[in-house]
Amino acid sequence: MSGLVIRTALVRALVTVFCVGLLAPIVIVVIASFSGDGYLKFPPSSFSLHWYDRFLGDARWRNALLNSLWIAAMTCVIATVLGFLAAYAMVRAGFKGKGALTAFLLAPLIVPHVVTAIAVYFLSAPWGLIGVKPWIALTHAVVALPVVLVILQSALQAVDPNLERAAMICGCTRFGVFRRVVVPLALPGAISAALFSFLTSFDELMISLFLAGVRSETLPVRIWNSLLLEVEPTIAAVSTVLIAVTVVALLADWGVRRLRGARLAG
Amino acid sequence: MPLGRLGALLLLAPTLLLMLLIFVGPIGWFLSAALGELGSLSEIWEEAVATLGSRTILAAILNTNWIAFLVTLVVLALGYPLAYALTRAKGLAFTAILVCILLPYFTSVIVRTYAWMVLLGRNGLINQALLGLGVIQQPLELMYNRTGVIIGMTYVLLPYMILTLYSAMKAVDPRLLQAAEGMGASPFEVFRKVFFPLTLHGVVAGALIVFILGVGFFITPALMGGPGDIMIAMLIEREIELTQNWPVAALMTLVLLAVTLSLYAVYHRFSAERPGLAA
Repeated sequence: MSGLVIRTALVRALVTVFCVGLLAPIVIVVIASFSGDGYLKFPPSSFSLHWYDRFLGDARWRNALLNSLWIAAMTCVIATVLGFLAAYAMVRAGFKGKGALTAFLLAPLIVPHVVTAIAVYFLSAPWGLIGVKPWIALTHAVVALPVVLVILQSALQAVDPNLERAAMICGCTRFGVFRRVVVPLALPGAISAALFSFLTSFDELMISLFLAGVRSETLPVRIWNSLLLEVEPTIAAVSTVLIAVTVVALLADWGVRRLRGARLAG
Repeated sequence: MPLGRLGALLLLAPTLLLMLLIFVGPIGWFLSAALGELGSLSEIWEEAVATLGSRTILAAILNTNWIAFLVTLVVLALGYPLAYALTRAKGLAFTAILVCILLPYFTSVIVRTYAWMVLLGRNGLINQALLGLGVIQQPLELMYNRTGVIIGMTYVLLPYMILTLYSAMKAVDPRLLQAAEGMGASPFEVFRKVFFPLTLHGVVAGALIVFILGVGFFITPALMGGPGDIMIAMLIEREIELTQNWPVAALMTLVLLAVTLSLYAVYHRFSAERPGLAA
Protein backbone atom coordinates (compact mmCIF):
# COMPACT_ATOMS: atom_id res chain seq x y z
CA MET A 1 0.00 0.00 0.00
CA SER A 2 2.75 2.46 0.94
CA GLY A 3 4.46 1.55 -2.34
CA LEU A 4 1.39 2.80 -4.16
CA VAL A 5 1.36 6.02 -2.15
CA ILE A 6 5.01 6.65 -2.94
CA ARG A 7 4.41 5.93 -6.60
CA THR A 8 1.44 8.27 -6.80
CA ALA A 9 3.49 11.00 -5.13
CA LEU A 10 6.33 10.36 -7.56
CA VAL A 11 4.06 10.56 -10.60
CA ARG A 12 2.52 13.73 -9.25
CA ALA A 13 5.94 15.29 -8.70
CA LEU A 14 7.00 14.35 -12.22
CA VAL A 15 3.88 15.84 -13.79
CA THR A 16 4.34 19.01 -11.75
CA VAL A 17 7.96 19.33 -12.91
CA PHE A 18 6.88 18.89 -16.55
CA CYS A 19 4.13 21.45 -16.25
CA VAL A 20 6.40 23.98 -14.54
CA GLY A 21 8.92 23.36 -17.30
CA LEU A 22 6.29 24.12 -19.93
CA LEU A 23 5.12 27.33 -18.33
CA ALA A 24 8.38 28.60 -16.82
CA PRO A 25 10.02 30.03 -19.96
CA ILE A 26 6.96 32.14 -20.68
CA VAL A 27 6.48 33.28 -17.09
CA ILE A 28 10.16 34.20 -16.80
CA VAL A 29 10.01 36.37 -19.93
CA VAL A 30 6.95 38.16 -18.56
CA ILE A 31 8.60 38.82 -15.19
CA ALA A 32 11.92 39.82 -16.76
CA SER A 33 10.14 42.35 -18.99
CA PHE A 34 9.23 44.40 -15.90
CA SER A 35 12.85 44.50 -14.76
CA GLY A 36 14.48 47.79 -13.84
CA ASP A 37 17.94 46.45 -14.65
CA GLY A 38 19.99 47.42 -17.67
CA TYR A 39 20.29 43.84 -18.88
CA LEU A 40 18.30 40.62 -18.51
CA LYS A 41 18.64 39.31 -14.99
CA PHE A 42 16.40 36.93 -13.11
CA PRO A 43 14.95 37.59 -10.67
CA PRO A 44 15.15 41.32 -11.45
CA SER A 45 16.73 43.42 -8.70
CA SER A 46 14.13 46.15 -9.22
CA PHE A 47 10.95 46.59 -11.18
CA SER A 48 10.04 49.28 -13.68
CA LEU A 49 8.25 49.80 -16.96
CA HIS A 50 11.21 51.22 -18.78
CA TRP A 51 11.44 48.38 -21.34
CA TYR A 52 7.83 49.08 -22.23
CA ASP A 53 8.73 52.73 -22.44
CA ARG A 54 11.50 51.83 -24.89
CA PHE A 55 9.07 49.67 -26.87
CA LEU A 56 6.26 52.19 -27.18
CA GLY A 57 8.62 55.16 -27.44
CA ASP A 58 10.22 53.77 -30.58
CA ALA A 59 8.34 54.64 -33.75
CA ARG A 60 9.49 51.48 -35.53
CA TRP A 61 8.23 49.17 -32.79
CA ARG A 62 4.98 51.15 -32.60
CA ASN A 63 4.47 50.82 -36.34
CA ALA A 64 5.18 47.11 -36.16
CA LEU A 65 2.46 46.76 -33.51
CA LEU A 66 -0.04 48.68 -35.65
CA ASN A 67 0.88 46.68 -38.77
CA SER A 68 0.43 43.43 -36.87
CA LEU A 69 -2.98 44.46 -35.53
CA TRP A 70 -4.20 45.68 -38.89
CA ILE A 71 -3.05 42.59 -40.81
CA ALA A 72 -4.42 40.24 -38.14
CA ALA A 73 -7.80 41.98 -38.23
CA MET A 74 -8.05 41.60 -42.00
CA THR A 75 -6.92 37.96 -41.83
CA CYS A 76 -9.51 37.27 -39.17
CA VAL A 77 -12.38 38.62 -41.29
CA ILE A 78 -11.27 36.88 -44.51
CA ALA A 79 -10.55 33.50 -42.92
CA THR A 80 -13.68 33.43 -40.75
CA VAL A 81 -16.10 34.43 -43.51
CA LEU A 82 -14.63 32.10 -46.15
CA GLY A 83 -14.17 29.34 -43.60
CA PHE A 84 -17.76 29.62 -42.40
CA LEU A 85 -19.17 29.18 -45.90
CA ALA A 86 -16.82 26.32 -46.70
CA ALA A 87 -17.43 24.55 -43.39
CA TYR A 88 -21.19 24.77 -43.92
CA ALA A 89 -20.83 23.19 -47.35
CA MET A 90 -18.57 20.46 -45.96
CA VAL A 91 -20.99 19.63 -43.12
CA ARG A 92 -24.28 19.78 -45.03
CA ALA A 93 -23.52 18.56 -48.51
CA GLY A 94 -22.81 14.97 -49.37
CA PHE A 95 -20.37 14.61 -52.23
CA LYS A 96 -17.65 12.27 -53.31
CA GLY A 97 -14.08 13.00 -52.38
CA LYS A 98 -14.89 14.87 -49.18
CA GLY A 99 -12.01 13.17 -47.42
CA ALA A 100 -9.58 14.25 -50.13
CA LEU A 101 -10.97 17.80 -50.04
CA THR A 102 -10.49 17.94 -46.26
CA ALA A 103 -6.91 16.75 -46.66
CA PHE A 104 -6.35 19.42 -49.30
CA LEU A 105 -7.86 22.23 -47.20
CA LEU A 106 -5.72 21.24 -44.20
CA ALA A 107 -2.55 21.13 -46.31
CA PRO A 108 -1.37 24.69 -45.48
CA LEU A 109 -0.75 23.42 -41.94
CA ILE A 110 1.44 20.59 -43.21
CA VAL A 111 3.34 22.25 -46.05
CA PRO A 112 6.27 24.01 -44.36
CA HIS A 113 5.61 27.75 -44.09
CA VAL A 114 8.95 28.43 -45.77
CA VAL A 115 7.60 26.83 -48.93
CA THR A 116 4.37 28.85 -48.91
CA ALA A 117 6.28 32.02 -48.06
CA ILE A 118 8.86 31.64 -50.81
CA ALA A 119 6.31 30.64 -53.46
CA VAL A 120 4.12 33.66 -52.71
CA TYR A 121 7.21 35.88 -52.51
CA PHE A 122 8.32 34.66 -55.94
CA LEU A 123 4.97 35.81 -57.31
CA SER A 124 4.71 39.02 -55.29
CA ALA A 125 8.09 40.54 -56.01
CA PRO A 126 7.60 41.17 -59.76
CA TRP A 127 4.06 42.42 -59.19
CA GLY A 128 5.08 44.95 -56.56
CA LEU A 129 3.02 43.24 -53.86
CA ILE A 130 5.76 43.23 -51.21
CA GLY A 131 4.61 45.23 -48.19
CA VAL A 132 0.98 45.40 -49.35
CA LYS A 133 -0.99 44.63 -46.19
CA PRO A 134 -4.17 43.12 -47.69
CA TRP A 135 -1.97 40.76 -49.70
CA ILE A 136 -0.13 39.66 -46.56
CA ALA A 137 -3.51 39.20 -44.86
CA LEU A 138 -4.75 37.00 -47.71
CA THR A 139 -1.66 34.83 -47.39
CA HIS A 140 -2.10 34.63 -43.63
CA ALA A 141 -5.73 33.66 -44.25
CA VAL A 142 -4.57 30.60 -46.21
CA VAL A 143 -2.57 29.47 -43.19
CA ALA A 144 -5.41 30.31 -40.78
CA LEU A 145 -8.11 28.54 -42.80
CA PRO A 146 -7.40 24.99 -41.58
CA VAL A 147 -7.85 26.04 -37.94
CA VAL A 148 -11.04 27.94 -38.80
CA LEU A 149 -12.44 24.98 -40.73
CA VAL A 150 -11.80 22.49 -37.93
CA ILE A 151 -13.49 24.75 -35.35
CA LEU A 152 -16.47 25.68 -37.54
CA GLN A 153 -17.12 22.18 -38.83
CA SER A 154 -17.51 20.92 -35.30
CA ALA A 155 -19.70 23.93 -34.40
CA LEU A 156 -21.93 23.44 -37.45
CA GLN A 157 -22.23 19.71 -36.85
CA ALA A 158 -24.01 20.61 -33.60
CA VAL A 159 -26.66 22.65 -35.46
CA ASP A 160 -29.75 20.47 -35.95
CA PRO A 161 -30.71 20.35 -39.66
CA ASN A 162 -34.35 19.96 -38.58
CA LEU A 163 -34.31 23.54 -37.31
CA GLU A 164 -33.32 24.65 -40.80
CA ARG A 165 -36.08 22.52 -42.34
CA ALA A 166 -38.61 23.97 -39.92
CA ALA A 167 -37.61 27.53 -40.83
CA MET A 168 -37.85 26.70 -44.50
CA ILE A 169 -41.32 25.18 -44.09
CA CYS A 170 -42.38 28.33 -42.25
CA GLY A 171 -41.57 30.26 -45.40
CA CYS A 172 -37.98 31.32 -44.81
CA THR A 173 -35.78 31.59 -47.89
CA ARG A 174 -32.53 29.68 -48.17
CA PHE A 175 -30.54 32.83 -47.42
CA GLY A 176 -32.94 33.67 -44.60
CA VAL A 177 -32.34 30.25 -43.04
CA PHE A 178 -28.61 30.81 -43.25
CA ARG A 179 -28.76 34.31 -41.76
CA ARG A 180 -31.41 33.76 -39.07
CA VAL A 181 -30.86 30.14 -38.05
CA VAL A 182 -27.45 28.83 -39.01
CA VAL A 183 -25.31 31.89 -38.27
CA PRO A 184 -26.84 32.66 -34.84
CA LEU A 185 -26.62 29.02 -33.75
CA ALA A 186 -23.02 28.68 -34.87
CA LEU A 187 -22.02 32.12 -33.60
CA PRO A 188 -19.94 30.90 -30.63
CA GLY A 189 -17.97 28.69 -32.99
CA ALA A 190 -17.54 31.59 -35.39
CA ILE A 191 -16.19 33.75 -32.55
CA SER A 192 -13.69 31.03 -31.59
CA ALA A 193 -12.65 30.74 -35.22
CA ALA A 194 -12.21 34.51 -35.46
CA LEU A 195 -10.08 34.58 -32.31
CA PHE A 196 -7.77 31.82 -33.47
CA SER A 197 -7.40 33.18 -36.99
CA PHE A 198 -6.50 36.56 -35.50
CA LEU A 199 -3.92 34.87 -33.30
CA THR A 200 -2.49 32.85 -36.20
CA SER A 201 -1.81 36.02 -38.16
CA PHE A 202 -0.65 38.07 -35.17
CA ASP A 203 1.96 35.42 -34.28
CA GLU A 204 3.00 34.43 -37.81
CA LEU A 205 6.63 35.07 -38.72
CA MET A 206 7.73 33.09 -41.76
CA ILE A 207 5.34 34.54 -44.35
CA SER A 208 5.61 38.07 -42.99
CA LEU A 209 9.39 37.80 -43.11
CA PHE A 210 9.25 37.45 -46.88
CA LEU A 211 6.22 39.57 -47.73
CA ALA A 212 6.37 42.45 -45.26
CA GLY A 213 9.26 44.40 -46.74
CA VAL A 214 10.25 47.49 -44.78
CA ARG A 215 6.82 49.07 -45.08
CA SER A 216 4.74 46.48 -43.28
CA GLU A 217 7.14 45.01 -40.74
CA THR A 218 5.08 43.10 -38.17
CA LEU A 219 5.95 42.53 -34.51
CA PRO A 220 7.31 38.98 -35.02
CA VAL A 221 9.44 40.22 -37.95
CA ARG A 222 10.78 43.09 -35.85
CA ILE A 223 11.58 40.65 -33.02
CA TRP A 224 13.35 38.40 -35.51
CA ASN A 225 15.42 41.26 -36.90
CA SER A 226 16.55 42.45 -33.51
CA LEU A 227 17.17 38.91 -32.22
CA LEU A 228 19.67 38.39 -35.02
CA LEU A 229 21.65 41.28 -33.53
CA GLU A 230 21.35 40.69 -29.78
CA VAL A 231 19.04 39.43 -27.05
CA GLU A 232 17.95 42.86 -25.82
CA PRO A 233 15.42 43.26 -23.02
CA THR A 234 13.02 45.37 -25.14
CA ILE A 235 12.12 42.07 -26.80
CA ALA A 236 10.97 40.76 -23.42
CA ALA A 237 8.45 43.60 -23.26
CA VAL A 238 7.28 43.00 -26.84
CA SER A 239 7.05 39.26 -26.17
CA THR A 240 4.93 39.97 -23.11
CA VAL A 241 2.52 41.94 -25.29
CA LEU A 242 2.27 38.97 -27.68
CA ILE A 243 1.77 36.59 -24.76
CA ALA A 244 -0.91 38.90 -23.33
CA VAL A 245 -2.79 38.83 -26.64
CA THR A 246 -2.66 35.01 -26.57
CA VAL A 247 -3.95 34.94 -22.99
CA VAL A 248 -6.81 37.31 -23.82
CA ALA A 249 -7.77 35.24 -26.87
CA LEU A 250 -7.72 31.99 -24.89
CA LEU A 251 -9.77 33.52 -22.08
CA ALA A 252 -12.30 34.92 -24.55
CA ASP A 253 -12.57 31.52 -26.22
CA TRP A 254 -13.06 29.86 -22.85
CA GLY A 255 -15.78 32.40 -22.01
CA VAL A 256 -17.57 31.80 -25.31
CA ARG A 257 -17.43 28.03 -24.79
CA ARG A 258 -18.86 28.39 -21.28
CA LEU A 259 -21.69 30.57 -22.59
CA ARG A 260 -22.45 28.03 -25.27
CA GLY A 261 -22.36 25.20 -22.71
CA ALA A 262 -24.73 27.12 -20.42
CA ARG A 263 -27.09 27.83 -23.28
CA LEU A 264 -27.20 24.21 -24.38
CA ALA A 265 -27.76 23.05 -20.83
CA GLY A 266 -30.50 25.61 -20.16
CA MET B 1 -30.85 21.26 -44.62
CA PRO B 2 -29.08 19.11 -47.20
CA LEU B 3 -27.27 21.09 -49.84
CA GLY B 4 -27.22 20.38 -53.52
CA ARG B 5 -23.99 19.96 -55.40
CA LEU B 6 -24.25 23.43 -56.92
CA GLY B 7 -24.95 25.06 -53.57
CA ALA B 8 -21.98 23.34 -51.99
CA LEU B 9 -19.74 24.38 -54.86
CA LEU B 10 -20.88 28.00 -54.55
CA LEU B 11 -20.13 28.05 -50.84
CA LEU B 12 -16.77 26.39 -51.33
CA ALA B 13 -15.82 28.58 -54.29
CA PRO B 14 -14.24 31.52 -52.42
CA THR B 15 -12.11 29.22 -50.27
CA LEU B 16 -11.01 27.14 -53.25
CA LEU B 17 -10.22 30.30 -55.17
CA LEU B 18 -8.08 31.59 -52.30
CA MET B 19 -6.26 28.26 -52.03
CA LEU B 20 -5.67 28.24 -55.76
CA LEU B 21 -4.54 31.85 -55.95
CA ILE B 22 -2.29 31.95 -52.90
CA PHE B 23 -1.30 28.37 -52.21
CA VAL B 24 -1.37 25.83 -55.02
CA GLY B 25 -0.88 28.36 -57.78
CA PRO B 26 2.20 30.10 -56.40
CA ILE B 27 3.85 26.84 -55.33
CA GLY B 28 3.26 25.31 -58.75
CA TRP B 29 4.31 28.47 -60.56
CA PHE B 30 7.43 28.89 -58.44
CA LEU B 31 8.55 25.30 -59.01
CA SER B 32 7.87 25.28 -62.74
CA ALA B 33 9.26 28.75 -63.46
CA ALA B 34 12.38 28.35 -61.33
CA LEU B 35 13.15 24.89 -62.66
CA GLY B 36 12.25 26.00 -66.17
CA GLU B 37 15.18 28.44 -66.04
CA LEU B 38 17.42 25.40 -66.18
CA GLY B 39 16.14 24.32 -69.57
CA SER B 40 14.95 20.89 -70.65
CA LEU B 41 14.00 18.01 -68.37
CA SER B 42 17.35 16.29 -68.79
CA GLU B 43 19.16 19.51 -67.87
CA ILE B 44 16.97 19.84 -64.79
CA TRP B 45 17.80 16.27 -63.87
CA GLU B 46 21.53 16.94 -64.23
CA GLU B 47 21.29 20.03 -62.05
CA ALA B 48 19.21 18.10 -59.50
CA VAL B 49 21.83 15.36 -59.26
CA ALA B 50 24.63 17.93 -58.96
CA THR B 51 22.74 20.00 -56.38
CA LEU B 52 21.53 17.17 -54.19
CA GLY B 53 24.92 15.52 -54.43
CA SER B 54 26.76 18.59 -53.12
CA ARG B 55 28.17 18.23 -49.63
CA THR B 56 26.38 21.17 -48.01
CA ILE B 57 22.99 20.18 -49.28
CA LEU B 58 23.37 16.50 -48.60
CA ALA B 59 24.53 17.34 -45.09
CA ALA B 60 21.54 19.62 -44.59
CA ILE B 61 19.10 16.94 -45.74
CA LEU B 62 20.65 14.35 -43.42
CA ASN B 63 20.80 16.87 -40.57
CA THR B 64 17.19 17.83 -41.04
CA ASN B 65 15.92 14.27 -40.89
CA TRP B 66 18.16 13.37 -37.98
CA ILE B 67 17.17 16.42 -35.94
CA ALA B 68 13.47 15.87 -36.67
CA PHE B 69 13.87 12.22 -35.67
CA LEU B 70 15.63 13.05 -32.38
CA VAL B 71 13.05 15.69 -31.54
CA THR B 72 10.25 13.21 -32.25
CA LEU B 73 11.79 10.74 -29.79
CA VAL B 74 12.23 13.35 -27.05
CA VAL B 75 8.75 14.74 -27.58
CA LEU B 76 7.29 11.25 -27.42
CA ALA B 77 9.16 10.41 -24.22
CA LEU B 78 7.95 13.63 -22.54
CA GLY B 79 4.53 13.74 -24.13
CA TYR B 80 3.31 10.24 -23.34
CA PRO B 81 3.36 10.52 -19.54
CA LEU B 82 2.00 14.06 -19.68
CA ALA B 83 -0.88 13.06 -21.95
CA TYR B 84 -1.58 10.16 -19.60
CA ALA B 85 -1.61 12.51 -16.62
CA LEU B 86 -4.04 14.76 -18.46
CA THR B 87 -6.32 11.78 -19.18
CA ARG B 88 -6.41 10.82 -15.50
CA ALA B 89 -6.62 14.31 -14.01
CA LYS B 90 -9.91 15.81 -12.90
CA GLY B 91 -11.19 19.23 -11.91
CA LEU B 92 -8.59 21.81 -11.03
CA ALA B 93 -5.60 19.56 -11.78
CA PHE B 94 -6.97 18.95 -15.28
CA THR B 95 -7.41 22.67 -15.91
CA ALA B 96 -3.93 23.41 -14.57
CA ILE B 97 -2.23 20.83 -16.80
CA LEU B 98 -4.27 21.96 -19.80
CA VAL B 99 -3.28 25.61 -19.27
CA CYS B 100 0.39 24.58 -19.06
CA ILE B 101 0.03 22.88 -22.45
CA LEU B 102 -2.23 25.34 -24.27
CA LEU B 103 -0.60 28.63 -23.29
CA PRO B 104 2.75 27.76 -24.87
CA TYR B 105 0.94 26.07 -27.78
CA PHE B 106 -0.79 29.29 -28.79
CA THR B 107 2.15 31.58 -28.08
CA SER B 108 4.13 32.78 -31.09
CA VAL B 109 7.01 30.48 -32.07
CA ILE B 110 9.39 33.43 -32.10
CA VAL B 111 8.43 34.32 -28.52
CA ARG B 112 8.87 30.72 -27.36
CA THR B 113 12.26 30.54 -29.03
CA TYR B 114 13.29 33.87 -27.50
CA ALA B 115 12.24 32.60 -24.07
CA TRP B 116 14.63 29.66 -24.38
CA MET B 117 17.39 31.92 -25.68
CA VAL B 118 17.03 33.95 -22.49
CA LEU B 119 17.34 30.76 -20.45
CA LEU B 120 20.10 28.95 -22.35
CA GLY B 121 22.45 31.72 -23.47
CA ARG B 122 26.08 31.95 -22.29
CA ASN B 123 24.97 34.63 -19.84
CA GLY B 124 21.53 33.10 -19.71
CA LEU B 125 19.53 32.43 -16.60
CA ILE B 126 20.45 28.75 -16.32
CA ASN B 127 24.16 29.51 -16.51
CA GLN B 128 23.77 32.44 -14.11
CA ALA B 129 21.99 30.20 -11.63
CA LEU B 130 24.44 27.29 -11.92
CA LEU B 131 27.47 29.59 -11.65
CA GLY B 132 25.89 31.37 -8.70
CA LEU B 133 25.32 28.06 -6.92
CA GLY B 134 28.88 27.01 -7.67
CA VAL B 135 27.77 23.87 -9.53
CA ILE B 136 29.88 24.82 -12.53
CA GLN B 137 32.94 27.03 -12.95
CA GLN B 138 32.57 27.68 -16.68
CA PRO B 139 29.29 28.58 -18.37
CA LEU B 140 27.78 25.60 -20.22
CA GLU B 141 27.37 25.79 -23.97
CA LEU B 142 23.63 25.19 -24.15
CA MET B 143 22.85 27.22 -27.24
CA TYR B 144 24.16 27.72 -30.77
CA ASN B 145 24.61 23.95 -30.98
CA ARG B 146 22.57 20.75 -31.35
CA THR B 147 21.45 20.81 -27.69
CA GLY B 148 19.84 24.21 -28.16
CA VAL B 149 18.06 23.15 -31.34
CA ILE B 150 16.66 19.99 -29.74
CA ILE B 151 15.48 21.83 -26.62
CA GLY B 152 13.88 24.66 -28.59
CA MET B 153 12.15 22.41 -31.11
CA THR B 154 10.96 20.01 -28.42
CA TYR B 155 9.35 22.90 -26.59
CA VAL B 156 7.54 24.10 -29.71
CA LEU B 157 6.37 20.65 -30.86
CA LEU B 158 5.48 19.01 -27.54
CA PRO B 159 1.85 20.28 -27.46
CA TYR B 160 1.06 18.65 -30.83
CA MET B 161 2.14 15.28 -29.45
CA ILE B 162 0.31 15.68 -26.15
CA LEU B 163 -2.97 16.69 -27.77
CA THR B 164 -2.84 13.84 -30.30
CA LEU B 165 -2.02 11.29 -27.61
CA TYR B 166 -4.68 12.71 -25.33
CA SER B 167 -7.44 12.13 -27.87
CA ALA B 168 -6.22 8.54 -28.39
CA MET B 169 -6.00 7.86 -24.64
CA LYS B 170 -9.39 9.41 -23.96
CA ALA B 171 -10.96 6.91 -26.36
CA VAL B 172 -9.67 3.87 -24.40
CA ASP B 173 -12.55 2.21 -22.60
CA PRO B 174 -11.62 2.16 -18.87
CA ARG B 175 -13.61 -1.06 -18.43
CA LEU B 176 -10.99 -2.89 -20.49
CA LEU B 177 -8.35 -1.86 -17.98
CA GLN B 178 -10.56 -2.93 -15.09
CA ALA B 179 -11.20 -6.27 -16.78
CA ALA B 180 -7.47 -6.90 -17.20
CA GLU B 181 -6.89 -5.96 -13.58
CA GLY B 182 -9.76 -8.18 -12.46
CA MET B 183 -8.17 -11.12 -14.20
CA GLY B 184 -4.99 -10.67 -12.23
CA ALA B 185 -2.79 -8.48 -14.40
CA SER B 186 -0.28 -6.33 -12.55
CA PRO B 187 -0.48 -2.56 -13.22
CA PHE B 188 2.55 -2.85 -15.48
CA GLU B 189 0.96 -5.69 -17.44
CA VAL B 190 -2.27 -3.73 -17.80
CA PHE B 191 -0.23 -0.93 -19.27
CA ARG B 192 1.95 -3.07 -21.53
CA LYS B 193 -0.69 -5.49 -22.80
CA VAL B 194 -3.83 -3.36 -22.88
CA PHE B 195 -3.37 0.38 -22.54
CA PHE B 196 -0.24 0.86 -24.64
CA PRO B 197 -1.42 -1.24 -27.63
CA LEU B 198 -4.73 0.64 -27.59
CA THR B 199 -2.95 4.01 -27.73
CA LEU B 200 -0.32 2.93 -30.24
CA HIS B 201 -2.15 4.52 -33.16
CA GLY B 202 -1.99 7.83 -31.27
CA VAL B 203 1.75 7.35 -30.85
CA VAL B 204 2.18 6.80 -34.58
CA ALA B 205 -0.07 9.74 -35.50
CA GLY B 206 1.66 12.06 -33.02
CA ALA B 207 5.11 10.97 -34.16
CA LEU B 208 4.18 11.56 -37.80
CA ILE B 209 2.82 15.04 -37.10
CA VAL B 210 5.84 16.06 -35.04
CA PHE B 211 8.27 14.69 -37.62
CA ILE B 212 6.45 16.37 -40.52
CA LEU B 213 6.43 19.73 -38.74
CA GLY B 214 10.01 19.25 -37.52
CA VAL B 215 11.38 18.65 -41.00
CA GLY B 216 10.10 22.06 -42.12
CA PHE B 217 11.43 24.01 -39.13
CA PHE B 218 13.21 27.27 -39.69
CA ILE B 219 12.89 29.82 -36.90
CA THR B 220 14.12 27.78 -33.96
CA PRO B 221 17.18 26.14 -35.58
CA ALA B 222 18.11 29.43 -37.27
CA LEU B 223 18.18 31.26 -33.92
CA MET B 224 19.36 28.51 -31.57
CA GLY B 225 21.51 26.31 -33.77
CA GLY B 226 25.20 26.42 -34.60
CA PRO B 227 27.03 26.08 -37.90
CA GLY B 228 26.47 22.31 -37.78
CA ASP B 229 22.71 22.56 -37.51
CA ILE B 230 21.74 23.90 -40.91
CA MET B 231 18.33 22.52 -41.91
CA ILE B 232 16.77 22.38 -45.39
CA ALA B 233 14.37 25.25 -44.73
CA MET B 234 17.28 27.48 -43.67
CA LEU B 235 19.22 26.55 -46.78
CA ILE B 236 16.26 27.45 -49.00
CA GLU B 237 15.93 30.83 -47.31
CA ARG B 238 19.66 31.48 -47.62
CA GLU B 239 19.67 30.52 -51.29
CA ILE B 240 17.08 33.22 -51.93
CA GLU B 241 18.17 35.96 -49.52
CA LEU B 242 21.86 35.81 -50.35
CA THR B 243 22.33 34.48 -53.85
CA GLN B 244 18.87 34.68 -55.44
CA ASN B 245 19.54 31.20 -56.76
CA TRP B 246 15.94 30.28 -57.56
CA PRO B 247 16.54 26.94 -59.32
CA VAL B 248 18.50 25.49 -56.40
CA ALA B 249 15.90 26.82 -53.95
CA ALA B 250 13.19 25.17 -56.05
CA LEU B 251 15.00 21.83 -56.06
CA MET B 252 15.31 21.88 -52.29
CA THR B 253 11.69 22.95 -51.95
CA LEU B 254 10.77 19.93 -54.03
CA VAL B 255 12.68 17.66 -51.64
CA LEU B 256 10.99 19.24 -48.61
CA LEU B 257 7.55 18.98 -50.22
CA ALA B 258 8.12 15.35 -51.21
CA VAL B 259 9.04 14.37 -47.66
CA THR B 260 6.24 16.27 -45.92
CA LEU B 261 3.46 15.46 -48.38
CA SER B 262 4.21 11.74 -48.57
CA LEU B 263 4.24 11.49 -44.78
CA TYR B 264 1.03 13.53 -44.68
CA ALA B 265 -0.56 11.02 -47.07
CA VAL B 266 0.45 8.22 -44.70
CA TYR B 267 -0.97 10.18 -41.78
CA HIS B 268 -4.22 10.84 -43.61
CA ARG B 269 -4.67 7.18 -44.61
CA PHE B 270 -3.91 6.24 -41.08
CA SER B 271 -6.32 8.64 -39.42
CA ALA B 272 -9.07 7.94 -41.99
CA GLU B 273 -9.05 4.33 -40.79
CA ARG B 274 -9.53 5.56 -37.25
CA PRO B 275 -12.38 8.05 -37.28
CA GLY B 276 -12.07 10.73 -34.67
CA LEU B 277 -8.35 11.05 -35.03
CA ALA B 278 -8.51 13.58 -37.84
CA ALA B 279 -10.20 16.19 -35.68
